Amino acid sequence: MNRQVRRVGLILTIMFIALFAMASSIQVVRTGELYLDSRNVRASYETYKTQRGAILVGGEAIVTSTAVNDDYRFLREYESVIYSPITGYYSVFSGTTGIERAMNNYLSGQSGAQFFEQINALLDGTPVTGAAVELTIDPDAQRAAWDALGNRKGAVVAIEPATGRILALVSKPTFDANLLASHVYGDVLDASRNYSENEDNPLVNRAIGGDLYPPGSVFKLVVAAAALESGNYTTQSSFENLSEYVLPGTTTPVFNSGRSTCGSGERVTLETALIRSCNIPFAMLAVELGQDRIRAQAELMGFGDELEIPMAVTPSTYPEGMDLAQTGLSGFGQFDVRVTPLQMALVTAAIANQGVIMNPQLIKSVVASNLNILSQPQPTVFSSPISRETAGFLTRMMVDSVEIGVAGRAGISQVAVAGKTGTAENGPAEPYTLWFTGFAPAEKPQVVVTVVIEDGGGIGQNGTGNQLAAPIAKAVMEAVLE
Amino acid sequence: MSNLSLTSAIPNLIRAVPRSRNFEAMLIFWVSGIHAFALAQIQLSILQIMTWEMLLYWAPPTLSAMIVHWVLRKCAVKADGLMLPLAFLLNGLGIAMIYRLDLAELAAGGSDLFAQRQVWLSCFAMLIAAAVIRVVPNHLALRRFPFISGLAAVVLLLLPAAPVIGRTVNGATLWVGTDELSFQPGEIAKILLAIFFAGYLVSRQGSLAEIGSRVLGVKVPRAKDLGPILLFWFASLGVLIVQRDLGTSILYFGLFLVMVYTATGRGFYIGAGLVMMVTGALVASRFFDYVERRFEVWLDPFSSANYTAIGGSYQLVQGLFGMANGDVIGTGLGGGFPQLIPLAESDFIFAALGEELGLAGVFVVLAVYLLLVYRGLRIANSHPDDFSKLLALGLAFVIGLQVFVVAGGVMGLLPLTGLTTPFLAAGGSSLLANWSIIALLLIISDSSLRSNK
Repeated sequence: MNRQVRRVGLILTIMFIALFAMASSIQVVRTGELYLDSRNVRASYETYKTQRGAILVGGEAIVTSTAVNDDYRFLREYESVIYSPITGYYSVFSGTTGIERAMNNYLSGQSGAQFFEQINALLDGTPVTGAAVELTIDPDAQRAAWDALGNRKGAVVAIEPATGRILALVSKPTFDANLLASHVYGDVLDASRNYSENEDNPLVNRAIGGDLYPPGSVFKLVVAAAALESGNYTTQSSFENLSEYVLPGTTTPVFNSGRSTCGSGERVTLETALIRSCNIPFAMLAVELGQDRIRAQAELMGFGDELEIPMAVTPSTYPEGMDLAQTGLSGFGQFDVRVTPLQMALVTAAIANQGVIMNPQLIKSVVASNLNILSQPQPTVFSSPISRETAGFLTRMMVDSVEIGVAGRAGISQVAVAGKTGTAENGPAEPYTLWFTGFAPAEKPQVVVTVVIEDGGGIGQNGTGNQLAAPIAKAVMEAVLE
Repeated sequence: MSNLSLTSAIPNLIRAVPRSRNFEAMLIFWVSGIHAFALAQIQLSILQIMTWEMLLYWAPPTLSAMIVHWVLRKCAVKADGLMLPLAFLLNGLGIAMIYRLDLAELAAGGSDLFAQRQVWLSCFAMLIAAAVIRVVPNHLALRRFPFISGLAAVVLLLLPAAPVIGRTVNGATLWVGTDELSFQPGEIAKILLAIFFAGYLVSRQGSLAEIGSRVLGVKVPRAKDLGPILLFWFASLGVLIVQRDLGTSILYFGLFLVMVYTATGRGFYIGAGLVMMVTGALVASRFFDYVERRFEVWLDPFSSANYTAIGGSYQLVQGLFGMANGDVIGTGLGGGFPQLIPLAESDFIFAALGEELGLAGVFVVLAVYLLLVYRGLRIANSHPDDFSKLLALGLAFVIGLQVFVVAGGVMGLLPLTGLTTPFLAAGGSSLLANWSIIALLLIISDSSLRSNK
């Protein structure tokens, strides 16, 4: 009978192995799927128990969690609305965005780096305290950008070109994160509805996402870089100086601004065309270079890449499969070229940093509640899209743009500022999108600033990049250089 | 010669250690420490302070386990030394989890508490076990009453369906009594059935095993010998119909099949029995919508129709969410949300433990059960007497099968049933029955070594 007893033992062992396997499947393999099931309220309950880490700028907390006497235990409080596009919001009813979302693992104390604290919490039952996240933002630059942009819709990005650190990131209009972080369900619902129904999309960070913008003339930097990098062009390469250019294969004419020629003379150099920001030579140049070469240059500079800063950045696009006429239009940033302000800042940073783009980064450090440093991102190279020479040529042309050309209002006394303006058309009667991108000081750049203003800054087709966007960039540069 | 004596001495050495009562005492002390730690962790985590109330949940069960130990020292000194500490470990873990759920209930302003009751029921069950060990001098006496046991089991099984005293909870008719005091007679019936099968099969062993004709290469027993098996199959289906519970019926039929197989050594019985069981279940699912519903819920628990249906998969899915939340190391006692699972203190205590102790805890709990069952099988394996062998095997197997059906149900491996998790779940009948099984196994193991000597 003992043989049967052993067989029964075997049967029981097999039955228990099935239980072991099933438990492993639920608690290891399927945890993610089960955790994310919308009917599982544990995910949201779990986060209430921990005191979320603060978000800091320049050593000062701009977002904190304070203990309150309700079910959610801690209320998230936001110091100032000027940081809303960066921090996003953390709402118990309405989701999480921005840094709050991208750094949630650290802020909520659930990152792998806090493993030992988590084990402690298991044993003595005191929840883990979230880690604090310090941003690279320079509070003076952020404040200057916020104030200078005023009531206009648009965005400002400032980057330290040598490191990729983001010094300012403003998007307007924006939102009050405190309204969404409230613990009163009705209030959050109202605020959330107001913001999402607002046609200006205040919840969107325009600097890195949203509907993107036509770059207009600031895209000429990419085209000029492609030309110089091709080896077939120098700053002195010249084009026929026309006042009207009919795009190949069409009857559509394009004009320089003011419908004149690009300065005097039979021919116009690449240098003059860039300094004066003339459309016709760049349309000709784009047709000559071809779309593939321009696209290759754009992609080296980050077009089409899904950057994370650590929030996801919407990739900028240079269209494919264009005909010659469309390629011509793309030469001065029209047709379907669409960019984020951050992307244009990266293009500018390549020029400022002698041809090297550093990965843009918002996180300076992550510090646990016991003051252990959990993460401290170091500067890393994103790409080297242009040579040092090309960068030098473009810098000189951008400095001239500010000193003698069409970007004069970015000038700062006793500092060499390099800049490029843009005034992109959105349609026959639509207001312009106004741009400025540049850096200072030109000889040893400390800051790259890109400004975009939507809806023509409120004055339709009467505003220009130089008139409205350049002074904002100037204010930010001054704040950083002080 | 010396070589031979050396090798034959090894099994005795291995055996000598766990059977020592001193080892058992040490284990009880250690397990009691685990319980104290669990209760302290729960209080610290939920109340943020340790209170003297903890002693109320810790001291009485420890004292009761020590009484069982003391009785073993007096009356069954050679009994297995691991079973008592293992069962005590599970029992105390169950109390801790139920206490933890009580604290959550209190925090939510409720007053449906179970832990105090569970403590006294555990003590009662352990004292009954001690009494059984003290009073039943020799389990072989049980061999004299197979048919009385069988009859008593049938009566107990039918009691819940009787008018006035019978009660139906959550669709299953498994209880007798009133709201305040209810009892699941089926839990006791499984012991009586094991005694009945053991007695009956030992007397019929020969005819069931030897006689019969070959059909298609398989030896089929005579109709006369097959009769009782068919009878019992119908009885199991009867239980399914009367009690409206698939688990009970699987448990009894499974117990029966394994005991017949062990007695006769013929795989035919298991094969035929499994076919009959599956056929029975399929037929039942066509005719009884409560069985059909159980199957539907089992096959697709996540569909929103099943999730929102009354008696649907809500409980199962909440249990799965809980276990997934536990991940590998668990949330720690008091750190999860097991109170979100309906009936977490009884039917779903396995999921509650899975959430707070994680996969690691689930493995430990299952391993403890498996070890407990292995000890039972070991007793069956080493006992010289066939009746004792069969009884020990049946009792050990019924615990193992019950854990399989319950844990499998909670994890979605099998359809959910109304069985309880032995030693862990809140409920007096289950504690009483399972502690009695431990008592019987201890007596049998004690007699095994005595007769070997």
